[in-house]
Amino acid sequence: MKVNITVNDRAVTADVPGHELLSDFLRDRLGLTGTHVGCDTSQCGACVVHVNGASVKSCATLACALDGATVRTIEGLSAPGSLHPMQKAFHENHGLQCGFCTPGMIMSAVDFATVTPAPTAEAARRWLEGNLCRCTGYQNIVAAVLAGSAAMQTTEGARST
Amino acid sequence: MRTFEYERPSTLDSVSAALASDRDVRVLAGGMTLIPSMKMRLATPDTIVDLGGIPELVGVTADDEVVAIGAMTTHARVAGSEEVRRSIPALAELAGAIGDPQVRNRGTIGGSVANNDPASDYPAALLALNATVHTNRRSVPAASFFTGMFETALDVGEIVTRVSFPVPLSAAYEKFRSPASRYALVGVFVAVTREGVRVAVTGAAPCVFRATTIESTLAERFGPDALENFRFPREGLNDDMHGDAAYRAHLVTVLARKAVGRIVASSGSR
Repeated sequence: MKVNITVNDRAVTADVPGHELLSDFLRDRLGLTGTHVGCDTSQCGACVVHVNGASVKSCATLACALDGATVRTIEGLSAPGSLHPMQKAFHENHGLQCGFCTPGMIMSAVDFATVTPAPTAEAARRWLEGNLCRCTGYQNIVAAVLAGSAAMQTTEGARST
Repeated sequence: MRTFEYERPSTLDSVSAALASDRDVRVLAGGMTLIPSMKMRLATPDTIVDLGGIPELVGVTADDEVVAIGAMTTHARVAGSEEVRRSIPALAELAGAIGDPQVRNRGTIGGSVANNDPASDYPAALLALNATVHTNRRSVPAASFFTGMFETALDVGEIVTRVSFPVPLSAAYEKFRSPASRYALVGVFVAVTREGVRVAVTGAAPCVFRATTIESTLAERFGPDALENFRFPREGLNDDMHGDAAYRAHLVTVLARKAVGRIVASSGSR
């Protein structure tokens, strides 16, 4: 099936088979390997990207179903060489160890900051239920999400999705 | 995942035509259960009919009496809907606690209801609130819609289009999540309606059911202490590695008591 999907502000037209997952579409077809596939069973959230501004698991979404949609991945969060405020917050708070879960964490966290008017640590922890980190114990991740949310609220135009 | 034909009709009539085929056709709503099932080859359809292209299946309408939710409305949208939060706040809260945020951004009420997972949240709300499931052919009361584990009254070629909920006087939902899967080990929805108190239980048994003994106890006196010495029978409840039947029976009473306590507290503060 022929689909038109806007990925990171770029129009992409492709003929994709029905069973192609969005995660495979992004990684194998477009070479956007920043989106990670961890569990491949919809549990871990390493594959989280934004579809029309909302965070979704790309390993449980068919590419065909997104004809006409706008997708943003970790690569499209900021211009090359610069960091989005949420990426900067993860860097400054050391919100990672091995880093495998980080792209999904950040895409999920940006959605959290966008839909949560008054972010708290408890709300951040509840939100991150769909993102598993096997290294850190989440302390620094939660700190990063709160710092990034605060930075996004003061940075006009940071809500690139 | 096995290959399949993908169809995305834009009208309900063309859905019916697609489903009339004698191939193994499955309907895709949010895909939060179906796609993982297909990846594990628990489902291997020849054709997928995606309902995502039919705008009339999405949205919430409400008046003083009834809240109606389109089948393809996501859990996130129900949770955030002003109409639902005003008319049946317990339903908005239930939707906002399904799965995780990414599941709530894709998963839909129609998909959840049609799948009838024994541990899913929505069936408890439908049964307790005496909701009606509307399909492309008819309207079915919740009481006769959920027929067994992963089984419903839906016929081949029949799809859920909308669910309508009569607005209760008050309601509350309490669940205890499995620490691993985060599905409800037991969930109890208590609704106070003009016709009386209705209590529906999910997660505890192979299919959602009404706890009529709790209802009659609460009909005599509505308050958490009315259930103080109540013992829910374990017979017929799920008994598995996630929790034995006695534990689930205990949870039914505990969660019912908590839900009733919240209803009493919220009516006192009004």
